[in-house]
Amino acid sequence: MRQKIGVDSALTDDGLHARRAVVPAATDPTEDSGRRQFLRRGTMLAGGALAGGMGLARAAPLDVPESNKGFGKPIAENDYGMPSKFESKVKRRRTDILKNRQNFSDWSMTPLQDQLGTVTPNGLIYERHHNGTPDIDPATHKLVIHGMVRQPLEFSMADLMRYPSVSKFYFMECSGNGLTDWLKPASTTVQQTHGLLSAGQWTGIPVAWLLDEAGLEPGASWALFEGGDGSGHVRSLPMKKLLDDCLLVYALNGEMLRPENGYPLRLFVPGWEGNVSVKWLRRIKVGDKPWHTRGETARYTDPMPDGKWRQFSFEMECKSVVTRPSGGMTITPGMQEIQGFAWSGNGKIKAVDVTLDGGKNWQGAVLEGPVMDMSLTRFRYRWDWKGGPATIASRAVDSTGYVQPTVQDIQKSRAIVGFVQHHNGVFPWSVNANGEVKNAIA
Amino acid sequence: MRSLKVVSILTGLLAIAACATQETQQPVARPDVKFGKPIAAADLAPWNIDVRTPDGVGLPAGRGTVAEGKTVYEAKCTVCHGVDAKGGPVYGTMVGGIGSFKTNTRVLTPGSMYPYAPILFDYINRAMPMDKPQSLSANEVYAVSAYILNLNGLIPDSAVMDQNSLVKVQMPNRDGFIIDDRPDTQAVRCMTNCK
Repeated sequence: MRQKIGVDSALTDDGLHARRAVVPAATDPTEDSGRRQFLRRGTMLAGGALAGGMGLARAAPLDVPESNKGFGKPIAENDYGMPSKFESKVKRRRTDILKNRQNFSDWSMTPLQDQLGTVTPNGLIYERHHNGTPDIDPATHKLVIHGMVRQPLEFSMADLMRYPSVSKFYFMECSGNGLTDWLKPASTTVQQTHGLLSAGQWTGIPVAWLLDEAGLEPGASWALFEGGDGSGHVRSLPMKKLLDDCLLVYALNGEMLRPENGYPLRLFVPGWEGNVSVKWLRRIKVGDKPWHTRGETARYTDPMPDGKWRQFSFEMECKSVVTRPSGGMTITPGMQEIQGFAWSGNGKIKAVDVTLDGGKNWQGAVLEGPVMDMSLTRFRYRWDWKGGPATIASRAVDSTGYVQPTVQDIQKSRAIVGFVQHHNGVFPWSVNANGEVKNAIA
Repeated sequence: MRSLKVVSILTGLLAIAACATQETQQPVARPDVKFGKPIAAADLAPWNIDVRTPDGVGLPAGRGTVAEGKTVYEAKCTVCHGVDAKGGPVYGTMVGGIGSFKTNTRVLTPGSMYPYAPILFDYINRAMPMDKPQSLSANEVYAVSAYILNLNGLIPDSAVMDQNSLVKVQMPNRDGFIIDDRPDTQAVRCMTNCK
C-alpha cells in the first residue's frame, strides 16, 4: 500500500520542480509569469474601478498609517499569542444543518475556507465528542495495558514522555464528514460540508513499543482502546494496523494536545476514521477478537441497499475538495487560483484534476509538496474566469490508483439516503454570472 | 581528490536526507527501556468494565427485571429519552425500527440495530446517564437493559436479565453486518467529454 520513493515523490519532494513537472500545459507554467499576469490584471481592475475602465488609473495618495506613528503593543511578561482581532470570524462552528439538542455528543467543524496551508491551527482542529471535553490533570492521568499480555502495565504521563518520540504529519477526518450533503445542497460553506477534517504534526510514541513491552500473548489480534471521558468511548482495532503505524499521541503541532483533542493522551490511527483515534486514552485491552461495542455496530457503520450494515469500514478513502472559491464566496472576473485539499487514508495523493464545466472536462492541477502519506496535499489551478456560469470541482487519485468517485458512483453500491457516513464523493461548487459560489451537490 | 569525492558524496546524501518525506525516514527502533509499572488484575478492576458483546465475556454478577428497569428508567432516563423510551426532548426513540433497514427511513434503536444484547449493558454501564455515567449498579444496568429489550418486544414482561440470560436474547439484527469490502467504486479518470 505504501509507495516507496519513486518518480512521483522524487518530483514532488521539491515543490518548484513538482510545479513545473505536473502543471497542465494549457495554463501558464511558471510562478513568476503568473504573478506578473496577476499583478497586471489586478492593476487593470483597480484602474477600471477608479477610472470607469479607461486604461490605468493611479492609486490614491498615501497617508502614513497610525501603526507607523507610535508605540506598538508591548511584549507581555507571559502570554499565549492569539490571532489578530481582524481574524475573529475564523472559528470552529457547529453545523447549521443537523442541530443536536445538546452540546455534549456533538461536533464542531474546521473553517477550511480560511485554512491557507496543510496544517490546521490547534484552536481550529475539528471536534467530535460523545460526552463533552473532560478536564484531565496529566499528573494523575494513567494508561493501563492489560488483557492478552504477559505483564499488565500502568504508565503515567511522565513515564510515557520519557520514551523517544516520533512526529508525523497526518490528516484526521470524521467518518461523518459530508453527511448532510449527499444528494442535494444543504450546507452553505466548505466548513459545513467538509470541516470534519483537520491535519497537523502528531507527536508521541508507537503503540507497538508499549504492546511489545507488555508482551503480546500468542493469538493476540485485536485491542480495545477506551477513553477517560464521560462516554468511556471505546473502539476495537486490529493488531496488524496497531503494530504498523499507530501512535500514542500527546502533542500536536509542537505543543501538548488541546483538551478537546484528547489532552493529555490519545490514540492516533493514521488514515482511518477519526473516532477510532480514541481521545483521553486511559486503557488498552488486548484480545483475540473485536468487542462489537455500540460504536462499532449501531454507530459508525454504513447502510447497504439490502438492509445490511458495513462494519469496520475504517479507511477514509481518497477525497478532495475545492476550498477557494467555495460556497458563500463571491468572485470577480479574471484570474482565480482554484485551491483545495486532497487526501487519502490509503496512501499518497498522486494527482488532482479540476473541472470547470461540472465534470465534462478535467485538467490536471498542480500539487504542492511535500506530498506525504495520509496527509493533506494542497492543489492549485489557475483559472481565468470570464464571467459566465461555471461548475467547479476537484477529483483526486491516490497512490493505489483509486480515483475519487462521484456520489452517483457511490450510490451504485451503497444506500446513501439518511444519516450516512463515508462520503468521499466529488463535490461541485456552482458559480453564477454574478460570481456567487454555491453548493452544487446533486 | 579522494577527500573531495567523499565530501561531495556526503553532501549528496545530506541533500537526499533533507528531501526525504516521512515515509522514507528510517523507522524508529524501539528503545531498550521499560518504563511501565506492573499492575495487578485486582488493582485495575474498577477500570475493567468492557463487555465483549457477542459472548458476554466481562458481564458482571447481578440481575434485574423489566419492572425494576422501568422504575430506574423513569427516575434517570425519561428526562432525555422520553416516556416509554419513545423519544424525549433530547433524543429520539429507542423503540421500534425492526424491519426498517431496507427502506430509506431506517429507524435505529437498540431493538432494531444492536446485533448482541450485551451491547445494552456495556453502553448503559459506561456512558449512562449522561450527566452521571458509571453511577448505576450492575443490578440497575441489567434492569434498564431488560426494560429496553422488553419495550422492543424482544423479551417477555417476566424476564430477568443477568450474565447468562442477556447473552441468550436473540437480536433481530444479529446477522445484519458485513465486514468492510471497499473499495466498492470503480471511478475512471476521464479527462475530456466525460459522462
